[in-house]
Amino acid sequence: MGIFEYSFVLKSLLGALFASITAGIIGTYIVSRRLVFLSGGITHASFGGIGLGYYLGVDPVLGAAFFGLSSALGIEYLSERGKMREDSAIGILWAFGMAVGIIFIYLTPGYAPNLMSYLFGSILTVTWTDIYTLGIMSVILIIYTLLFYRVLLYVSFDENYARTFTRKVNLFKYISVGLTGLAIVFNIRMAGVILIISLLTIPANIVMLFTRQYLKIIIWSFVLSFIGISGGFALSWITSLPTGPVIVFVLVIFWLIARSVKSLMRRKEMSALSSGMIIKQISK
Amino acid sequence: MKHLFSIESLSAGYDGKVVLNDISFEVEPDDFIGIIGPNGGGKTTLLRVILGLLRPYSGRLDFSNLDKNEIGYLPQVAQGDTLFPVTVEDVVLSGLMINKRLTGRMTRDDRKRAAGVMEDLGLVPFAGSALNELSGGQLQRVYLARAIIGSPRLLLLDEPATYVDPSFEADFYEKLRILNNKMAIMMVSHDIGTISAYVKSFVCVNGSVHYHPHDKITEEDLRAYGCPIQLVTHGDIPHVVLQKH
Repeated sequence: MGIFEYSFVLKSLLGALFASITAGIIGTYIVSRRLVFLSGGITHASFGGIGLGYYLGVDPVLGAAFFGLSSALGIEYLSERGKMREDSAIGILWAFGMAVGIIFIYLTPGYAPNLMSYLFGSILTVTWTDIYTLGIMSVILIIYTLLFYRVLLYVSFDENYARTFTRKVNLFKYISVGLTGLAIVFNIRMAGVILIISLLTIPANIVMLFTRQYLKIIIWSFVLSFIGISGGFALSWITSLPTGPVIVFVLVIFWLIARSVKSLMRRKEMSALSSGMIIKQISK
Repeated sequence: MKHLFSIESLSAGYDGKVVLNDISFEVEPDDFIGIIGPNGGGKTTLLRVILGLLRPYSGRLDFSNLDKNEIGYLPQVAQGDTLFPVTVEDVVLSGLMINKRLTGRMTRDDRKRAAGVMEDLGLVPFAGSALNELSGGQLQRVYLARAIIGSPRLLLLDEPATYVDPSFEADFYEKLRILNNKMAIMMVSHDIGTISAYVKSFVCVNGSVHYHPHDKITEEDLRAYGCPIQLVTHGDIPHVVLQKH
């Protein structure tokens, strides 16, 4: 294996590992708290930062991080204060971010950047700096979750009750949604603006078919994501198709298989239950 | 007997609007008080003030004989998301969070304690179940277990029987009566007829507060207290009939 291939495979595996940690922790959080639409809003709003980054000649991911973080905290603030309906705030930021991004890229003189790589993701554009950033983000997410697991669980489940044992409910909500924004942005180069949402929702949804235990959902979403993303990278490399859509394709196949397995399990349970009832009736 | 806690000339509300105006009363360690009153009269606001969730505009809360972490709370059931991936045991354990640091972990003793409370309330078979697999009555028992796992000296309940199957309602109130041997109970309810069979006294909340020191309350009493509530009840649950129904 040549140095280029070796570096590429290592980068892909590390990228898959860190993206899976995000999918496990943040995916479980947003699916459980029904924040999928919020995550979509953050992702698309951050596209404004990508455009601004290009226009100003700074790293587009930095611009995206600024837009992603401010939109995440802004949406949480507006809905917390009851100043605006959360879904309306998300809808406005969603469209505004995309519009700003496209306008700034249009205004940027010279070579037009490869927009497709930001919309659909590509491992080829991922730099080692991106991998380090994702690594640091993953470590922060793991420490945050392990340290405050119980509080995060209870604040997410029933924040009104959580307020009876801590005054820091809002602080935890802001930190969680802020980390969600950043985690999404740092995964954009790999999975893409449009498709990252699938990475956060599909694995958690698959696992929730089989367990309702929060920690198990995190762990198994991580495992499934790692298999799905690695498989997606390999397929994308072999077929020269964009990485994001291939990963989504693999994850949706997993989801279809999981649904079929679940319905088979249900049918088995039902037939066992009805045969048990027949046996009872006969013995009577 | 030393008061468990007392409220003196307290006013509270939201966004400058006064909901509770100059209220005063005391609670004894063995009280079982039914909190009644019309919608918007301030019943839940009163519980929020006692819990420390709402800062009063003025007045005094004397908690010198009661620690804040000795209060158990059962909110209206509708507040929890039953589709959230959390098990019955996890929900029951959350009642111990008040005594833990934010980084606190659940110990083996905590789990034993949860098992004991679940045993008392018939929840052991559901310990690993998700909340959406439970009936309204079972769900309410889960929230009751969460409220009492910390062995509180004051139990606050906000319309605890709203989603409870009528066949389980009497059993639920009986459990409260037994718990009352160990703790004071304050319970918001609209079903005065039914709770009259269980509570020892009433507090009528309608902006102001009127303490009624008996377990029987008539329409005349309510009229005198300025508490316009229709007195109805239902089913085969033991209750005091206050109005033909």
